[in-house]
Amino acid sequence: MNLQSFLLMRHELVLIAITLIVLIAELATSDSRKSIIAPLALCLFAVHTIIGFLPMEYGSLFGGMFNSTPINGMVKNILNIGVLIVLLQAQKMFDSEINRGKVSEYFIVLFSTLIGMFYMVSAGDFLMFYIGLEIATIPLAALAAFNRGENKSAEAGIKLLLSSALSSGVLLYGLSMLYAANGSLFFDALIHGNYEITHLHTLALIFFFAGMAFKLSLVPFHLWAADVYEGAPVNVTSYLSVISKGAAAFIFTVVLYTVFHNYADKWQPMMYIIAILTMIVGNLFALRQNNLKRFLAFSSIAQAGFLLLGIISGTAMGMATVVYYILVYVFSNLAAFGVISIIEMHTGKTTISDLNGMYRTNPKLSLALMLALFSLAGIPPVAGFFGKFFLFTAAASVGTTANYILVLIALLNTIISLYYYLMPVKAMFINKNDSPIAYFKSDVYAKIGLAISLTGMVVVGFASPIFENILAACFGIVGL
Amino acid sequence: MDILSLFVVVPILTIVGILFTKGLKGTRVVAAVGMGVQLLMAFNLLFRYFAERRAGNTAEMVFQKAYTWFPSFNIQYAIGVDGIAVAMILLTSIVVFAGIFSSWKTEDLPREFFISLILLASGVFGFFISIDLFTMFLFYELAVIPMYLLIGLWGSGNKEYSAMKLTLMLMGGSALLILGLLGLYFNSAPNGGELTFNILEIAKVSIPHNVQMFFFPFLFVGFGVLGALFPFHTWSPDGHASAPTAVSMLHAGVLMKLGGYGCFRVAMYLLPDAAQQMGWIFLILTTISIVYGAFGAIAQKDLKYINAYSSVSHCGMVIFALLMMNKTAMDGAILQMISHGLMTALFFALIGMIYGRTHTRNIYEMGGLMRIMPFIAVAYVIAGLASLGLPGLSGFVAEMTIFVGSFQHQDVFHRVCTILACSAIVVTAVYILRVVGILLFGPVRNKEFETLPDARWYEKISMVTLILAIVAIGVAPLWLSDMIRESLTPIVTKLTAAAIN
Repeated sequence: MNLQSFLLMRHELVLIAITLIVLIAELATSDSRKSIIAPLALCLFAVHTIIGFLPMEYGSLFGGMFNSTPINGMVKNILNIGVLIVLLQAQKMFDSEINRGKVSEYFIVLFSTLIGMFYMVSAGDFLMFYIGLEIATIPLAALAAFNRGENKSAEAGIKLLLSSALSSGVLLYGLSMLYAANGSLFFDALIHGNYEITHLHTLALIFFFAGMAFKLSLVPFHLWAADVYEGAPVNVTSYLSVISKGAAAFIFTVVLYTVFHNYADKWQPMMYIIAILTMIVGNLFALRQNNLKRFLAFSSIAQAGFLLLGIISGTAMGMATVVYYILVYVFSNLAAFGVISIIEMHTGKTTISDLNGMYRTNPKLSLALMLALFSLAGIPPVAGFFGKFFLFTAAASVGTTANYILVLIALLNTIISLYYYLMPVKAMFINKNDSPIAYFKSDVYAKIGLAISLTGMVVVGFASPIFENILAACFGIVGL
Repeated sequence: MDILSLFVVVPILTIVGILFTKGLKGTRVVAAVGMGVQLLMAFNLLFRYFAERRAGNTAEMVFQKAYTWFPSFNIQYAIGVDGIAVAMILLTSIVVFAGIFSSWKTEDLPREFFISLILLASGVFGFFISIDLFTMFLFYELAVIPMYLLIGLWGSGNKEYSAMKLTLMLMGGSALLILGLLGLYFNSAPNGGELTFNILEIAKVSIPHNVQMFFFPFLFVGFGVLGALFPFHTWSPDGHASAPTAVSMLHAGVLMKLGGYGCFRVAMYLLPDAAQQMGWIFLILTTISIVYGAFGAIAQKDLKYINAYSSVSHCGMVIFALLMMNKTAMDGAILQMISHGLMTALFFALIGMIYGRTHTRNIYEMGGLMRIMPFIAVAYVIAGLASLGLPGLSGFVAEMTIFVGSFQHQDVFHRVCTILACSAIVVTAVYILRVVGILLFGPVRNKEFETLPDARWYEKISMVTLILAIVAIGVAPLWLSDMIRESLTPIVTKLTAAAIN
């Protein structure tokens, strides 16, 4: 190992550097000049995002604990783009008096969770995986409680902390069983080791599955999600429901496909049932919500259920559809959250009925939200249609009748979801309102963020090379 | 740019053009020009198609082009048309053109209205030119979703309920479709080789029998929902009644035909064994559609509901004839699609004009319109006569062909169904003549109506376009009928082969 091989961790190293720069900037600026920190952090992160796309080498470090592969790099880039959009949306938040003093905290905490996710995504060993996971989740609780003054936000922080501690405990318990059974935590050793699958292995799988189900807020481990999503500041909610979910879904897929590859007959039935439950429960709860954030929270639970359809196939194609859907989901959900955060920050309105008649006063925002919701519902021409179609294709590719039935259930769920995704559209376009949200000018950062997400939503669908590249990167992963 | 892709590109360019306009005046002119060009292109396509056939091109689809889109799924943007598709494109462009003129006075958010309307149209055009199931489905959904806003925003009556019901039911149909399409896709290469979404490729292989039986209901019902197959027709009366004029025209005139078209082009053509074996179930359902729709129309007093139920009945006739699975009946089915598309569009246009003047659609509140607005009233009579099948108009050609074809079946079951369906024609005559009698003749019930104006120039354009087409088909049906018959050959061949097995 030489110094150059550290460059395999380029994403992580640059991000650590940025975090340190923000920390130094915080120390070095006087109170009156704190306002430069937010733009500075944003610019640095934009540079980091661009650096992420430069061609890089692939290989592994620390004896296989850290892997850098094409698909890992892609997922990190996807996460980077998502975080960039979140940061753009968050800029307005720092204008307020109450937040001015804790701007750098926000960035430092957020960046460190992202570092955690990067290590988690690249993990080649359960120890690295676990450390990454913890770095990624514990600071999130601090972020959720960012609006210290508000009870709801504080409650969100505590709930997130407790539930992630519990799920980490469950997860660790599973990992310890795996270690007890095989004597190693390296993915490679577990994949290539010659061993019979015992009950202990199965138990380990179940605990691991449950722990990850918590992180992904799959039913029946979803109960923390709605309250946390509602209480946290809106851009933290979008971060939680998009970025951290995306990262967790990816590593979950990787571990199932590699380490637990031989157990496919065990985890596929589990996933089958959980997928159905997640879609149905998420959708049915979303039907009744009037608060926009809760509404998107439940919809994102259901979306995770759809994601499982891609995982269940156990093929490279399935993995590609999952990553592709994460990408689609990043753009679509962040566009929806973007509009909601703009509305909340400018007018303080947070419910669907507040949107009544908004098209006539704020047509552009309404159109953006409509496209985002269409994409989430899977309606062409936006990318969500392609994402969902490919997920269904992956699930159907197994070819059994049971899987066709799963696809059918998922399809019926898209109809339920269409109903509630149309509710805000109906409010904005059709419902009459004597005093709709008055016209306002949104800040330039939020507009850029929205523009990126909308462009992404259209381009990702029609530009087939994006999907083809993801698929090409998915081949060659061990077990596929 | 090839001749077919233009049918999608021109509407999109029109939409872009509309974005640069301000106010109703500019918008409607751009829309009319764009759709006028589209109409001319459709005629050009027709003549080019005839020329191609006369030159001896016997390919199943002509003007074919295929560009790979997603190589790993073998999804292509594959286009091509046969005589049926050409006829449907012609129908669509006529109805859209007339629809633009019927919405000449859309005061509320005109830009948004015309954009949604043309977006819907481009979805329909795209559907008819596609021979790749993926792109076909994409265009199908693109045609359905603007309906929600079109009905919800510019509709009347219980519009929010109707819009939601229509959208959810049609999307429910398309959910079934996705499953069917995936089933076709994963069985498109039973002997190994590359999976494909291309209709012509799938038609070459023989899909295993049990697979056919499993997926046929999904595909047929999926498309059948849009074709108002009983008991999935309930979106149609509410939807049509609440929709604004041009949307009713397009929806009943064109969009419902997507259902019938998909039924034979995808479900029956690609799964012929299952079609032969399970056809009887759907034949019963569609016979119910025909009879029930006709009786439903008698019971209504709202003009739009009358016409909506009559559409259920007439569209039932399309699926009915398709399920007879012989060339004559299927030829009649397609003629019926075109004929019904034209006359129902005319009906809805006229109802829109009448409603715009009298502000009621209840037939008992009106009367004697023949004296007040003769132009509209005469057009209404023509539409009515076409609907009940008067010789010389398009309806006669279609229904005659259908029943001649249906009677070729010797067995009792088909005979009974045919007789039941035939008897619905009598009921049709009852409800058409009843409306004409109450609405157009007799005394003027409401004195305020005495001063109402007759049709304006833009309304006349809309009416004359449609009437010309109805009469043209009624007087000279053979060119159309022959074009369709010839294109039906591969489909009927497959279905007959399946019947022998």
